Amino acid sequence: MKPALRSGDFWSGLVLAALGTYIVVTAHAWDYITEEGPGAGFFPMWYGGAMIVLSLLLTLGAILRPSQRAEVRWKDVSRAIAAWVAFVACVALMPFIGFVISFALLTAFIVKVMCGEKIRTALIVAICGSAGFYLLFEVALELSLPAGKLF
Amino acid sequence: MDIVSGLLHGFQVALTANNLMMCVVGVVLGTVIGVLPGLGPPATIAMLLPLTMKLEPTGAMIMLAGIYYGAKYGGSTTSILLNVPGESSSVVTCIDGYAMARKGRAGPALGMAAIASFIAGTFGVVALMLVAPPLARLSLAFSAPEYFALMVLGLAMVVLLSGESLTKALLAMFLGLWIASMGTDIFSATSRFTFGQVELMGGIDFVIVAIGVFAIGEVLGNMEPTKAPDMLPVPKGLRNLMPTWEDMRKCRFAFVNGSVVGFLIGILPGAGSTIASFMSYGIEKAVSKHPEEFGHGAIEGVAAPEGANNAETGGALVPLLTLGIPGSGTTAILLAALILWGFKPGPLFIQDSPELFWGLVASMYIGNVLLLILNLPLVAVFAQLLKLPAYMMYPLILGVSIVGVYTSANSMFQLALLCGFGLLGYLMRKLDYPTAPLVLGLVLGDLMEKALRQSLMMSQGSISILFRPIPSVLLVVAALLLIVPLFKKFNAARLQVIDREA
Repeated sequence: MKPALRSGDFWSGLVLAALGTYIVVTAHAWDYITEEGPGAGFFPMWYGGAMIVLSLLLTLGAILRPSQRAEVRWKDVSRAIAAWVAFVACVALMPFIGFVISFALLTAFIVKVMCGEKIRTALIVAICGSAGFYLLFEVALELSLPAGKLF
Repeated sequence: MDIVSGLLHGFQVALTANNLMMCVVGVVLGTVIGVLPGLGPPATIAMLLPLTMKLEPTGAMIMLAGIYYGAKYGGSTTSILLNVPGESSSVVTCIDGYAMARKGRAGPALGMAAIASFIAGTFGVVALMLVAPPLARLSLAFSAPEYFALMVLGLAMVVLLSGESLTKALLAMFLGLWIASMGTDIFSATSRFTFGQVELMGGIDFVIVAIGVFAIGEVLGNMEPTKAPDMLPVPKGLRNLMPTWEDMRKCRFAFVNGSVVGFLIGILPGAGSTIASFMSYGIEKAVSKHPEEFGHGAIEGVAAPEGANNAETGGALVPLLTLGIPGSGTTAILLAALILWGFKPGPLFIQDSPELFWGLVASMYIGNVLLLILNLPLVAVFAQLLKLPAYMMYPLILGVSIVGVYTSANSMFQLALLCGFGLLGYLMRKLDYPTAPLVLGLVLGDLMEKALRQSLMMSQGSISILFRPIPSVLLVVAALLLIVPLFKKFNAARLQVIDREA
């Protein structure tokens, strides 16, 4: 792979340029100036345009001077992404199994898989953690935690 | 209300049982998160903000402010014992603090950090009390063009000092402005960037972005493998923690230096406590009769930066409370908190909400005394927190984040947004995009657009209104700040400052 294609700046620049284009195109449909002054499209048009210019500069910089930009260590990223996927799964499960169980599952995953602890430790932390949250927020502070269809 | 009667009223407010308890909770929590590396005040305040909505605002603000300045005290503990800063502002304390600890003088280093923090922190509150009311009166003359220019200047300062790449800092700020634009435009009722989602009509709640970017992003970043450093032993007993009279004599100038430099740097948006601590360290070394001792365990090298990063908090509250302009990620969250509770930080804040302003000032005097007590005899107890396993910390942060976001609107959609902003926060860290401009862009975006559009309405679309004396000076300074890094010599100086922060 060419160095520029491995650079985070290259890809983030492209993504932000696309976002800037989306902002400008969308804002184009709104009033830029009205009789009373600037319209809804005025401000987004300016920062969207600036975003396109700057992000393209960033991408160009990654192509022209690839060695100056630090490359992303994708191996390290995979652990963080795994934790994020577990977090998303926990949130996605909440409408079905509720906060207490889905949070216990997330905790068990973090303790066992991400931190490499024993399964017994993972279960104890998961059960105590979930119970603690339930007792503190739902019972003591009377705040409603996400409830599921099943629990 | 003059300063004396204001302060007396403030103590009446701060000394009620509820507010005193809030102050204790805030400073203890602040010390705890200051001690724990990897969990900072912005993440903690963002996580707790939704949970404070049911509380009385003065008490809640006293608690959140306690976390803010309490963390500065706790940050020195890990710097001295582990050579790992608990807070970015304690980086410089590692140099001489850790060197002292290796020479068997961890006790006086920890003691001096607490004493300098107390002296400078108290100075910061006195200066806040004296500077804020006249500044607020002065800013009464400000209208929309002046506010717009002031916000542009604030953002330019933050962008300038936020990261190695100015381009990335600007892009992060524009991303914040975009998120701030989402929802219904208050001038024309146009729905902007709502993607057809009814939940986005009211815009994106600041709390979700702050918790996602700071708390979830931080946890994800910490999932990457790191080696735990070894901790030096904590001296037991108050006597072993107290610096000698000779140490105190040596640090006379460091107390003054840290207090004044910290407060002045704090007032400037974007500069922050890390720069304040480095600057005071540099001054201390420059004026010392024994500069060669610095880096090898000079106690002044602990006193000056620790003082500066505590005095900075008083300074940072000046523009926040009198102009409504935050200068950092943490003060941006405090601004959002004040707005959520229905307050309007700005020139009329002290006049309209004397109970909150003076109560907060008085609570900071009390908080500094409490922190001195907590950080001297109890420092060994707090140091034990460093033994808390990561597998207990991460689920705790994630759980509080979920509960905080969900309870603010009882909506699963908000939790879905939290997942997205958590990933954004992690990617920003990974790709070296600074997060402070994003958060400031988000907080100021709405206000800035409103001020600009009001200005142009006032002048029937003529941009000449921005050329009035105050706005034109502020805008020229902002433009210079962004142009200056294009010159190699100035950019080298800017990078030096940022390097120190990193």
